[in-house]
Amino acid sequence: MKKIVIAATLFSVACLLVVAQTKKPVQKTADSPAASIERGRGVYQRECLSCHQADGGGVPHMNPPLAGSTDVVGVDKKKIIGIVLHGMTDRIPLDDEYYSNNMASHANLTNQQIADVLSFVRNSFGNKADVVTLAEVAAVRVGKKK
Amino acid sequence: MIKRCIFLFIVTTVSFFVRANDNTYNDSTINAGLKLPKGFVAIKAANSIGQARHIAITSNGIVYVKSAKAINGKATYVLKDVDGNGNLSIVSSFDNKGGTGVAIKGGYLYTSTNNDIYRYKLNKNNEIVDTNAAEKIVEGLINRGEHNTKSIVLDNVGNIYVNIGAYSNSCQEKDRVRGSKGMSPCPILDSAGGIWMFKADKLHQTYKDGIRYATGLRNIVGLDWNQQTNSLFVMQHGRDQLFQNWPQYFDSVQGAELPAECMYELHKGSNCGWPYIYYNHLIHKKIVAPEYGGDGKIEGGKEYQEPLMVFPGHLAPNALLFYTGNQFPDKYKNGAFIAFHGSWNRAPLPQAGYMVAFVPFKNGKPLGEWEVFADGFSGKEVVTSTRGAAHRPCGLAQGPDGSLYVTDDSKGTIYKISFTGN
Repeated sequence: MKKIVIAATLFSVACLLVVAQTKKPVQKTADSPAASIERGRGVYQRECLSCHQADGGGVPHMNPPLAGSTDVVGVDKKKIIGIVLHGMTDRIPLDDEYYSNNMASHANLTNQQIADVLSFVRNSFGNKADVVTLAEVAAVRVGKKK
Repeated sequence: MIKRCIFLFIVTTVSFFVRANDNTYNDSTINAGLKLPKGFVAIKAANSIGQARHIAITSNGIVYVKSAKAINGKATYVLKDVDGNGNLSIVSSFDNKGGTGVAIKGGYLYTSTNNDIYRYKLNKNNEIVDTNAAEKIVEGLINRGEHNTKSIVLDNVGNIYVNIGAYSNSCQEKDRVRGSKGMSPCPILDSAGGIWMFKADKLHQTYKDGIRYATGLRNIVGLDWNQQTNSLFVMQHGRDQLFQNWPQYFDSVQGAELPAECMYELHKGSNCGWPYIYYNHLIHKKIVAPEYGGDGKIEGGKEYQEPLMVFPGHLAPNALLFYTGNQFPDKYKNGAFIAFHGSWNRAPLPQAGYMVAFVPFKNGKPLGEWEVFADGFSGKEVVTSTRGAAHRPCGLAQGPDGSLYVTDDSKGTIYKISFTGN
């Protein structure tokens, strides 16, 4: 019985949270790194989480981890921008492990969404790196199209 | 909005009850941390056996294990219960090529990499005569990363069967891309997405020497030859991403639950319908895949084979074994054990699987429903990320005394499950 009560309470809290989320978030400076990372969280949950998992751990031998991966936190941001834009079907090892599943292209995302989600993964799951900017994404997208 | 709240309520309530009823899981000292039916016991017979995939055991108790990856240059392990206490010791290890398949038949040990099949001659004690004298019997099987492992099994008249998994999720023009259409006809089926049959004793066979025995099978990892029916049984890994790629037709709950993981009995010419259809086990119907014009409701594929048993989506059946021993109670005789590797595509819902299931059989057909036989491999009440599972069941074998062995390719653990009746 006690559990049902707890569950019911949580249910109410959850509902309130959902309601709260549907309201406009408190205004942050539009292009602060923190705001970009926060927007990136939403993009991650919608576009990335199912394969790379809630903790960024990926799936052993199938979908590479983002947590702690050298490519994700590396200085060469062009590489990960390119992977999001064009997908990944090459079998090249990441930190000495191979991953078998193909990754879809996410070129349908806007440059801002890609900057946001990459800023999020570079600053989540224990990762710490500078954010990815709109201009950096735009440069890779244009560069590849010509 | 209301739907989301109801969903949250269900998830919260269920997780509370699961917690309340699950006290046995965390005690790793009892039955190696596994939850088993009454009268069964388990031990960890070995640990750190590479990334242990499939396992085969000879009639005199020699255990052969294939690792997905060569560790220190060794990917095939030979183990034995030297002291007679159940614990397996490594007798030798060899072979620098990782893989999945391992089988014993007619005085040979057969192993597979993700491209080729090899065999080694065994002496009268079932020991490998010369580990450097591997004969390559099949070569050049397609390997494009996705679904590239090759599982093998032999019949009783000199044939070997190998799974060649489809290098695609659902044969889309662009693999795993949201909304991308399916190619029609699916060109992958020429060289993958099925089971191929080769001669067990002929060297250097390629595609042209084999026959496509069965098709329309996305990926098979678990397969076994049923000695009672004298036929091949397989467990299909069903397609992924119904919700992620077709959100207009499926919600996250449907995406987690669908499609069914299916058991099929195959014969020459069997077609199980991938990528054109999938099986919905909640309504027991074949449904047209959204890549081929389906909307989650349109039925189709009358010409395709019916599954014999269906399981919830994404559990990943990696091994199938028909139990022929005398140690377990009668109900297990000739029934099927299935090792479920555990899911990833149930996110954002919790993952599932990471257990061994049992299907009772009578006269070569399933009798009644499946049940969980051994659970708790993950070491967690709720797995939210696949890598959080401590152990992932991958291979099954029956020992000469009728015990059941289960491999784990995460930590290389080999479990031995026995019936004592206590």
